Amino acid sequence: MAPPEAAAAAPPEDTDPAVPPAVLEAIGVGKRFPGVVALDDVSLTLRQGEIHALVGENGAGKSTLIKVLTGVHRPDSGELRLHGQPVSFARPYEAQQAGVSTIYQEVNLVPLMSVARNIFLGREPKNRLRLIDFPRMHREAAELLAGFGVTADVRRPLGSLGVGTQQMVALARAVSVQARVVVMDEPTSALEPREVETLFRVIGELHSRQIAVLYVSHRMDELYRICDRLTVLRDGRLVHTGDLADLDRMQLVSMMLGREVAEVRRHGVTGFGEGHRADREPVLTATGLSRRHQLDDVALQLHPGEVLGLGGLLGSGRSETAKALAGALPLDSGTVTVAGRRLRRLTSAAAIRAGISLLPEDRKAEGVIPGLSVRENIVLAAMPRLSRAGVVSRARQDRIVEVFMKRLRIKASSPEQKVGELSGGNQQKVLLARWLCLEPRVLLLDEPTRGIDVGAKAEVQALVDELAQEGLAVLLISSDIEELVEGADRLVVLRGGAVAGELTGDRVGEAELLEVLAAHGPGAGGGTSGDTAPDEAAEEEQG
Amino acid sequence: MSQLALRPGRWAGRLASPAWFQRYGVYAAVAVLLLFNAAFTDHFLTVDNLRTQLVQVAPVVIVALGMALVIGTEGVDLSVGSTMALAAALLPLYLGYGLVPALLVALLAGVVVGVVNGTLVAVVGLQPIVATLALFVGGRGLALVIADGQLKQIANPDLLSLGSGQVAGVPVVVLIAGVLALLVAGIVHRTTFGRQLVAVGGNRAAAGLAGLPVRRVLTGVYVLCGVLAALSGVLATARLTASDPSALGNLMELSAITAVVVGGTPLTGGSVRVLGTVTGALLMQLLRATLVKHDLPDSTAQMAQAAIILVAVYVARERRSR
Repeated sequence: MAPPEAAAAAPPEDTDPAVPPAVLEAIGVGKRFPGVVALDDVSLTLRQGEIHALVGENGAGKSTLIKVLTGVHRPDSGELRLHGQPVSFARPYEAQQAGVSTIYQEVNLVPLMSVARNIFLGREPKNRLRLIDFPRMHREAAELLAGFGVTADVRRPLGSLGVGTQQMVALARAVSVQARVVVMDEPTSALEPREVETLFRVIGELHSRQIAVLYVSHRMDELYRICDRLTVLRDGRLVHTGDLADLDRMQLVSMMLGREVAEVRRHGVTGFGEGHRADREPVLTATGLSRRHQLDDVALQLHPGEVLGLGGLLGSGRSETAKALAGALPLDSGTVTVAGRRLRRLTSAAAIRAGISLLPEDRKAEGVIPGLSVRENIVLAAMPRLSRAGVVSRARQDRIVEVFMKRLRIKASSPEQKVGELSGGNQQKVLLARWLCLEPRVLLLDEPTRGIDVGAKAEVQALVDELAQEGLAVLLISSDIEELVEGADRLVVLRGGAVAGELTGDRVGEAELLEVLAAHGPGAGGGTSGDTAPDEAAEEEQG
Repeated sequence: MSQLALRPGRWAGRLASPAWFQRYGVYAAVAVLLLFNAAFTDHFLTVDNLRTQLVQVAPVVIVALGMALVIGTEGVDLSVGSTMALAAALLPLYLGYGLVPALLVALLAGVVVGVVNGTLVAVVGLQPIVATLALFVGGRGLALVIADGQLKQIANPDLLSLGSGQVAGVPVVVLIAGVLALLVAGIVHRTTFGRQLVAVGGNRAAAGLAGLPVRRVLTGVYVLCGVLAALSGVLATARLTASDPSALGNLMELSAITAVVVGGTPLTGGSVRVLGTVTGALLMQLLRATLVKHDLPDSTAQMAQAAIILVAVYVARERRSR
């Protein structure tokens, strides 16, 4: 659907009395950052009193669009209109003054200040001496919160409250600045089910006050419960905008992932070959992996020689599962057994010793050490094994590094070039080399081909194939559904931090995956928690 | 940006670039200062004067070596001056058993300080500046309690010879500093510990995920820094011929940080420049000596040092913002 149409369609609608007027509009907005086009000709219309969902996978441009709407970024092209008048926000403050308030994923208030101070930060009521009128401030803050059904001592430091209550405070602040539009970026990601209910009640309250809400979330149950209309972004482009009731879940999921339900192909353009023959005996068995808000009793097995795909939408717990297996995420409970031996303490070092290697999702923050050379980045994990009495052996390092630079075709001017100077694809290969030189039994790959060029992508995919053929157990996480389906021999699908289903053999296909992703489920609703019945999750597993 | 820097035929640009300046600026500055003195200052480039300068800078160099390691992990250790005082306070109590036991006790104090700092940073997770502030304040207090607040004359000939002795015309203090610099350079570049230290400083999350013993490395770094500071305290006491826990090592943490920063080690961690640190300490010492020789008051020297620190920090900032 072409965005200009959406923009052109707006004016005639104004004449229709049934359609409320537009409050905030983005028309043909474009925004580019060095090397990426974050938004390309995106239009969005927020009507008075509507709850508008904004959805899309990682990198779809949701955050950028929000930042443009709230004055954090300025659009390179296109324009914003507020009540039909063109506006331009130089700073977030200006957007706020104009009635556009934002509640970010992580509450960004001042934790050490009192609740009341936070609500009135920057616009405190003053007494005759131009000092803060504390009694009045506390009274008004308490009234405001009571209106949202929150009873908390407004004199207490904000940081001493639960995350959910903090979010309510942020919401109270947003509304009390006479907001006409409230933007919520994944407000429920850290909330308990009970708190989610309170939030929805408050959103209902906003709705009745004719305030427009832009609601960003990837929990489908939530969207269908509270949202009127939605806009889908993908790769920085507008994919769809319209009434939510006109879309079923399957259509929505396929739109987010960029897959037509009908058009399901096997063996297309990825570098993966045919399936592998896996051993019967699993090399890794994980049971009952649980962590508050993130993982709910996840269990899976990995066999030597297979590629297990981990499917799921953003926030479904894929990365968390991989990290948990690699000992990098503290768990509330759960066990990991490798080759028959249970890991007693789940730490990164223990997992690596047991032969589990994790290629993390965020290459920059968790992978490369940019100031060190290619050589040192490759041998980082293997260094103790390449040393004698704590003194590193350059000769041994050089041998290993040469082997892997050749095998993975790492393009660098020399092994001594700094990793920070390499392209994304080569950095990724360096990280792969870091893990492969440990000769692991289990390789966990979290988005191995994200942000790397097409050539490197195919090379990495072919390598994964080859490694599985050599008998390695590979866990593959990818938001690229084609890569996932073609690369994996078997798929475990997560939803809301719990296993939602498993696809094996001929059922490993895009249509089947979409079906599981779109299915109703307890996990997709109020997030994961110990409160929701685990038996329900178990039932889902059969799906 | 990086690709630009790699293209050949850009030498002129690179010479003046902040990156070049951060790397080699300190050596250039020392060279310029020496040339200036050779031309304009009488009796500067004499063996006696240079020996004096080196003797004076040695304790700073030793402390700065430890500080460079800590800063390489994106940390800082404010407690080094107090550690020196602690070592100085403990020395006279055990000198009766001979130099070696007294020295060991003093160094043990450095180990203890390092373990406390390292635990606070690595296990408790405090910010280094806060964690080491505790012993910055408390360490000197403890030293004064141990010494009863008194200055004590040192009569032990072994200890005194450590301060004033020479080997082949080179003062023992300078020799020790030199050997330690080589040792620390060896640790940083050749040992697993050293490389892990740099990796932890460069990207702690990545180092942790790669299974590096992050806590052990961090604790080890603070222990090394504490031991070096304690040793510096012992040597400074030997030079003074008196144990003076109330004054010894005052502002040493700042001199050490200055040497490290001026030497081109970024405060953001991930790199340790040992030779740069030694040269940085030397630069500050020579600058001060030069100005004093030209009858400028100490206050002028302080302002000149401040200017150099600003330049060093500015250059580092430029580099980071690329």
